[in-house]
Amino acid sequence: MERPTMSIVIVGHVDHGKSTILGRLLADTDALPQGKLEQIQAFCERNSRPFEYAFLLDALKDERAQNITIDAARVFFRSAARRYLVIDAPGHVEFVRNMVTGASHAETALLVIDALEGVQENSRRHGYLLSMLGVRRVIVLINKMDLVEYRQERFDEVRLEYAAFLDTIHIQPLGYIPVSGREGDNIASRSPRMPWYEGPTVLESLDALESEPPPIDKPFRMPVQDVYRFTAFGDARRIVAGSVVSGKLAVGDPVVFYPSAKRSVVRSFESIGTPPAQITSGTAAGLTLDEQIYIHRGEIIAREGEVSPHVSDRLLVSLFWLGRQPLAVGKELWLKLGTARVKARVEEIRRVIDAGQPAQDGNGTGGATQVQRNEVTECTLSLGKALAFDRAAELQETGRFVLVDRFEICGGGIILDDAGDTQRAVRDSVMLRNLKWEKSTIPGDRRSEMYNQRATLVLVTGSRGVGRKDVAKRLETLLFEAGKKVYYLAIGSVLRGLDADLTGADPQSVRQEHIRRMAEVAHILLDAGLILIVTAIGLTPDDLEVFKAIVNPDTIVVVWVGNSETTGIAFDLQLPGHGSVDESSLAIKQLLQERGAILGF
Amino acid sequence: MEHLDRLEATSIYILREAYANFKSLCMLWSIGKDSTVLLWLARKAFFGHVPFPLVHVDTSFKIPEMITYRDQLTRDWRLNMVVGSNSSALAEKRTFPDGAVDRITCCQLLKTQALKDTLSGTGERRRFNHSSQQYEVDPSTEAYTGVIVGARADEEGSRSKERYFSPRNHQSEWDVGEQPPEFWNQYKTEFEPGTHVRIHPLLDWTELNIWEYIGREQIPTVSLYYNQGDGKRYRSLGCYPCTLPVDSESRTVDEIIAELKTGKFAHIAERSGRAQDAEDSGGLETLRREGYM
Repeated sequence: MERPTMSIVIVGHVDHGKSTILGRLLADTDALPQGKLEQIQAFCERNSRPFEYAFLLDALKDERAQNITIDAARVFFRSAARRYLVIDAPGHVEFVRNMVTGASHAETALLVIDALEGVQENSRRHGYLLSMLGVRRVIVLINKMDLVEYRQERFDEVRLEYAAFLDTIHIQPLGYIPVSGREGDNIASRSPRMPWYEGPTVLESLDALESEPPPIDKPFRMPVQDVYRFTAFGDARRIVAGSVVSGKLAVGDPVVFYPSAKRSVVRSFESIGTPPAQITSGTAAGLTLDEQIYIHRGEIIAREGEVSPHVSDRLLVSLFWLGRQPLAVGKELWLKLGTARVKARVEEIRRVIDAGQPAQDGNGTGGATQVQRNEVTECTLSLGKALAFDRAAELQETGRFVLVDRFEICGGGIILDDAGDTQRAVRDSVMLRNLKWEKSTIPGDRRSEMYNQRATLVLVTGSRGVGRKDVAKRLETLLFEAGKKVYYLAIGSVLRGLDADLTGADPQSVRQEHIRRMAEVAHILLDAGLILIVTAIGLTPDDLEVFKAIVNPDTIVVVWVGNSETTGIAFDLQLPGHGSVDESSLAIKQLLQERGAILGF
Repeated sequence: MEHLDRLEATSIYILREAYANFKSLCMLWSIGKDSTVLLWLARKAFFGHVPFPLVHVDTSFKIPEMITYRDQLTRDWRLNMVVGSNSSALAEKRTFPDGAVDRITCCQLLKTQALKDTLSGTGERRRFNHSSQQYEVDPSTEAYTGVIVGARADEEGSRSKERYFSPRNHQSEWDVGEQPPEFWNQYKTEFEPGTHVRIHPLLDWTELNIWEYIGREQIPTVSLYYNQGDGKRYRSLGCYPCTLPVDSESRTVDEIIAELKTGKFAHIAERSGRAQDAEDSGGLETLRREGYM
């Protein structure tokens, strides 16, 4: 049986000869379409330019004009051993994001260094990026040996310099090969001009590599891409879809969804052909569950009994910044990991490393407050809601993320550690509660359909005496008269009953427990399918975090009543203090309609 | 895991990402083998359903078997089929077969312009009504913001530069030098109002992979790809005035695969039968920058 296609990327500094080496590989393995070589040669002749192998790849007109490869081009060739997909990554510093694109899909990297020029900025930067992108197999090609008279001394100089650098970032290359792309030395055939080199040629090195086995023996992880319920042609299945990134899972296996910590058991795998008996890393899968639990895109499915992913709202990360504007402390972005998308704020920049410069004492700049484009930083991020993840060192598939600023992906990184969840205790109690929760046979979405509404928590907060309760009560009446299942509860109403035992010396911890219990009550009423309206004075961002750890954050609507917001809480709607009760309650109703919480008006 | 399984899994992942992220999504179906594989993959990704419209740009010069086959699959798989065309250029006979314009201009009018107008909703869309079995004017004129396309990197130089998720600006133009990074399996799914994103789930497939997959999955393909006894078959499908069959004895998928692997096509570009590519050295590139697929 033929070995699987291997994807490789060629990286290195601009003009160090990446495209030439690739052109040579294609020509020498007979991979070019008939006439392509002649076509490019004719083009060069017409334009009075010396022929270069690099032109084979630079298929676009304006690339030939600029003489720079401007994007990661994909080409295919085959050796006696297997097929290869090559991603040709540009070396110009402006085009680092193209290199990222090329390298993050590659299993093996060829890193090219010019023997004459030696180690340059992008030789280092690309080495750094490879380590962050998880490309662990690197072969270093010291190119243009023809320009240094094929001397071993020069090869050794460059090799030692680069090896010292790779050492600082913990990369052990598979080998160093002296080559000349232009002359074809040691690319596909052994060079008679460097008898001092006894190692393999580039092609031999590649052919000797085995494809990395998929991480089947690691814990099972599958980010939920979607929950499908296509009702056409009488299809009643509710299918959880996603691609398995590690491990394996079989029918009947118990699963846990993170960060919600909801549990179920796999009832079946779905497919249009014969469904598989088990799914393993790499499978684009679909499964149904024994119980209809409410889960959604962004959660990670794990197998109960295996190591569970971490859940936290603060992360310690190492990231590569590609944004045009510097990344500064306090900057708010979106973080995408697996299929999850959460708000992230840069809390602290611990150190900044200019990936293009030689490492100094193994340390970067401490105390920096911003990160420039193409720099690497170690920083902490605080997230808008809790995220499920693994440490990259343990499971890289669920340990890496990108950052999105407005519409653009502007950075990527790996998670070094949990930086300390602000809601650890609360989340632990939620986990335990879910584990022991006796489930109803009526699924949440059946309730939603029956009640024509989505269970929603409306938090009406603000300063004292601005008319919060009047607005909340009017809203309850409005919704009730429209046939909605709605309930109003002032937080003070539970103080003497449910919270009668709460009399501690520390008012702060009493308050937090008070909020936690209120949120647990909300969780029960939302599970019953209700729209719950809660009034509370001056809720803070910390209070909201407690609610979000206990109640599905997507079901919470925050309304601030009062002309100026005083606690820093993020709200969905602000209403005037002492305003018209009618107008205010209608405005909230309007918001609930827009959010799809109430249907059928 | 076999290479075809890996390709399939990646394509399905991309299709599902597209469906999860784009509210107004469509898939272009040229009736050719690549976009038919894509359609097959969509049915796999969504468990027998295709939860978005399929768009075909009809130049009115397509080989008739293509249209018959399109409407047959539309019925069999109950597809949400939308057909667009440049009705004014056709009415005014501003076409190459009518002798009014050259091949490239004809492509620009009947394909590029028609596609832009169909995607934006400014041009007429006709949707197949499964009750009446007729194409009827589609009342929806909402612009598609995500467009799934079956382009492959090995087809031609400019296509090898695409991303899985490639943005297009307000004029549907492609800025090759300013493309977003794609880390791992994270794609550009956020976009400015007025722009759209082209999604390429087949980017890493080769022509050979396509045929191997068609054979393995027994995907129904249009008969034009096979020699019907006259020693000719089409390797790539388009409009009949500009697409020529190649000499080939291959009557089955397996024979085509053998021909591609070892036969005379092993080193001849797939689009060599397309006359418009030869008209200037960057024919397809010029078309693609302006919005061609």
